[in-house]
Amino acid sequence: MVNLIWVCMLLMGIIVAAVNGNIDAVTTAALQGAQWAVDFALGLVAIMTFWLGIMKVAEEAGMVRLLARLVRPLMTFLFPSIPRNHPSMGAIIMNLCANVLGLGNAATPMGLIAMKELQKLNRGDPKTASEAMCTFLALNTSCITIIPATIIGIRIKAGSVNPTEIVGTTIFATACSMIVAVIVDRILRGIYRSHRWRW
Amino acid sequence: MIMNMVSLAAKWAIPSILFFITLLAFVRRVNVYESFIEGAQEGFMTAVKTIPFLVAMFVAISVFRASGAMDLFVETVSPVTGFFGIPAEILPLGIMRPLSGGGALGITAELIKVYGADSFLGRLASTLQGSTDTTFFVLTLYFGSIGVSKYRYAVFSGLSADITGFIASVFICNMVFR
Repeated sequence: MVNLIWVCMLLMGIIVAAVNGNIDAVTTAALQGAQWAVDFALGLVAIMTFWLGIMKVAEEAGMVRLLARLVRPLMTFLFPSIPRNHPSMGAIIMNLCANVLGLGNAATPMGLIAMKELQKLNRGDPKTASEAMCTFLALNTSCITIIPATIIGIRIKAGSVNPTEIVGTTIFATACSMIVAVIVDRILRGIYRSHRWRW
Repeated sequence: MIMNMVSLAAKWAIPSILFFITLLAFVRRVNVYESFIEGAQEGFMTAVKTIPFLVAMFVAISVFRASGAMDLFVETVSPVTGFFGIPAEILPLGIMRPLSGGGALGITAELIKVYGADSFLGRLASTLQGSTDTTFFVLTLYFGSIGVSKYRYAVFSGLSADITGFIASVFICNMVFR
């Protein structure tokens, strides 16, 4: 699936550029994209190192397990394949909380820590996503944000009379997408299990 | 009132997490400093491991955008979406949103500048921006950090959430702001 999307985007881009006589743009864009990706990854080094350190302290103090126990009923419904009180539960819940509060700097490291823990539970091929990972990412990408801070900032700058009036509509739309994400994840998990489809 | 409480919570969340984790670990006789160093060891590798995945995704997205292929794509589907009452101006944002956070934010800022923050399109763009996510970026980054290259059905569920967010945004904005 990703393979197909990737190939289509790249080939279509090159063909369109060639037809438009804009072939130079391909080279520039490719290098720019690569540069951006590396800049982002290197920028991640600092916050990842920091949060991995803090999370290790939290784990040894027993806080991650405590957190996991608190949210167990909900998490066992969403993630039946994760054992009780597994550290990944704590990281998942912290990632979702950070997302809800719009704390991007904490959300990403927590999410990556959660993925690392989920990978330890991945009993299949380590290059293939597990069911728990798919559910986690479905939740993560559709997660409710109570305060869309960036967009409110843009609206204030643009001179909006009521910059926060979009909070209600945002919460409605994001709640819809979260519900659909959970349902679609469940359905696809079932289909995938019964048919063993390969994308 | 609620807004103030939430932004207060956001401001205090990380400092208080840091405070309580450190305090609790110390009280429980964990060697806090050593554990921190031990955990932090993996930080560099985790970040660097994502590079090939991110480069692959961003090269493709960047070429797709800069070549004009994305505009072509938008032009092709806009008659269909227009039929369902989705304004054509908003469509580039809907397509850009799962691919590139920065790109989508640029389009939103542009729409707000051109049409005004309090116009229907400005409000719709704002709602869309807040209720959908950069699905491809998140998938690439999260799976990349642990070396997973077969995403199985994660792309489908992520995209279905984005499409739902898009439709729900158009629907609720039509109800509330029209």
